[in-house]
Amino acid sequence: MLRSVLVANRGEIARRVIRACRRSGIGTVAVYSEADRDAPHVREADRSVLLGPAPARESYLDIDRLLDAARSTGADAVHPGYGFLSENWRFADACARAGLTFVGPPAEAIRAMGDKTEARRLMAAAGVPTVPGSPGPVADVAAAEAAAGAIGFPLILKAAGGGGGIGMARVDRAGDVATAFATATRRAQSAFGNAAVYLERYLERPRHVEMQVFADAHGAVVHLHERECSIQRRHQKLIEESPAPGLDPATKRGLAEAAVAGARAIGYVNAGTMEFLVDASGRFYFLEMNTRIQVEHPVTEEVTGLDLVVEQLRVAAGERLAWRQDEIVQRGAAIECRVYAEDPDKNFLPSPGTIARLDLPGGDGIRVESGVEAGGVVSVHYDPLLLKLVARGGDRGEALARMRGALDATTVEGVRTTIPFLRRVLDHPDVRRGALHTQMVDQGAFR
Amino acid sequence: MPEQIKAHITGVVFQIPAKTGDRVAAGDPVIVLESMKMEIPVEAPRAGVVTSIAVQEGQTVQEGDTVAVLD
Repeated sequence: MLRSVLVANRGEIARRVIRACRRSGIGTVAVYSEADRDAPHVREADRSVLLGPAPARESYLDIDRLLDAARSTGADAVHPGYGFLSENWRFADACARAGLTFVGPPAEAIRAMGDKTEARRLMAAAGVPTVPGSPGPVADVAAAEAAAGAIGFPLILKAAGGGGGIGMARVDRAGDVATAFATATRRAQSAFGNAAVYLERYLERPRHVEMQVFADAHGAVVHLHERECSIQRRHQKLIEESPAPGLDPATKRGLAEAAVAGARAIGYVNAGTMEFLVDASGRFYFLEMNTRIQVEHPVTEEVTGLDLVVEQLRVAAGERLAWRQDEIVQRGAAIECRVYAEDPDKNFLPSPGTIARLDLPGGDGIRVESGVEAGGVVSVHYDPLLLKLVARGGDRGEALARMRGALDATTVEGVRTTIPFLRRVLDHPDVRRGALHTQMVDQGAFR
Repeated sequence: MPEQIKAHITGVVFQIPAKTGDRVAAGDPVIVLESMKMEIPVEAPRAGVVTSIAVQEGQTVQEGDTVAVLD
């Protein structure tokens, strides 16, 4: 049993972790930057420690200051939340060295999954399907053409030195490989100072489906079913739901088996998520593993009735998983909408400011996870996520209807938000019938 | 005719790719702002010469603030 957990985060996830600690009878230490003195997570914890100035690298990303805060308050564990240092293996390692329990996987698992080509290699070795591609960067046009012949078309050239879609070039025919290689290496060089590119099969309109896994330190590994997260902008999710609508049972079974096998292969412990792309024929490919609690974990909690954060704390303390696989059942449906301080009419530009008014919804099946309150400042220094709306229903239709009502009952004034966009998404006929893919937002389906 | 280039969002100056005296084309990034974990370029509205840069790296600018002058 843990005694006191330092929550190395802010916003809604810090409040969520504090709530789970309270439910478990564990003390809490909040940390905060000068910009977050009046933030709700600071008030809600038993104790709080000022880390430093507003910029994250001088506060929430400063490992030494976090460890000092844990020492000075007598905390015996650290929960990293998501973002910030949650997937930094050096932080997990530093906590262990300082004698603190890191509420998450071993540093080695974080490190292995953080290196995206290494993760692909490990998963392929565990029998998990990966997107067909070149094993590493291709040296020249001849190597690119040879790799392209083996992978098939269409394919995509990606920068090895960075992400975010920069340097990507789609190729439909063998005759276009040479030109695309020249373009992609030039772009990669100018964007990342590294011209290396690799090749991957290009998937047309795939779905993003992920599996929640959970493992304890005694060898038990289970999954908590899937989440569908195809509605994304800039490769970041806006809406998630469980179950994934219309997912073929054979595909679902394959995803579950792959996720558990993958987690087992790397000696994973605690909560994690295996992300996959699923094509129209139901074939699926490993994308990456997130070695932390996810933003969208509430949809899984709502359909399984289980508390993932409480279980994180138990497993971190060395206890056995409380659930057997056959006890983990999806009931009904749940959907989450992320309300960001962004202007959907200006290509999701950030919209910092002061929250002048905040009205939140309630009622049957509605759950709100908010990091902000009226009068609070939405700072330029942090992620634009303001709050999450979660709706549960007996079936998908009921969950969608409740979410639509919840969006109408939410008012945020003082900053622009994604709420009008989320309404358009929920009203879209393809979304209503569950026909989703990851390129819908970028292709302008919701303008 | 000098023209002030204004920040279109509130953010922190992350990079200054242009220097005083640089000739820029329309759409070239003059300043890159960081806001809410995103890097957002402030672009030259037209071709011209950058006659002054009004900000420093790390400085917070408000929407509408002048960040550079173009001639």
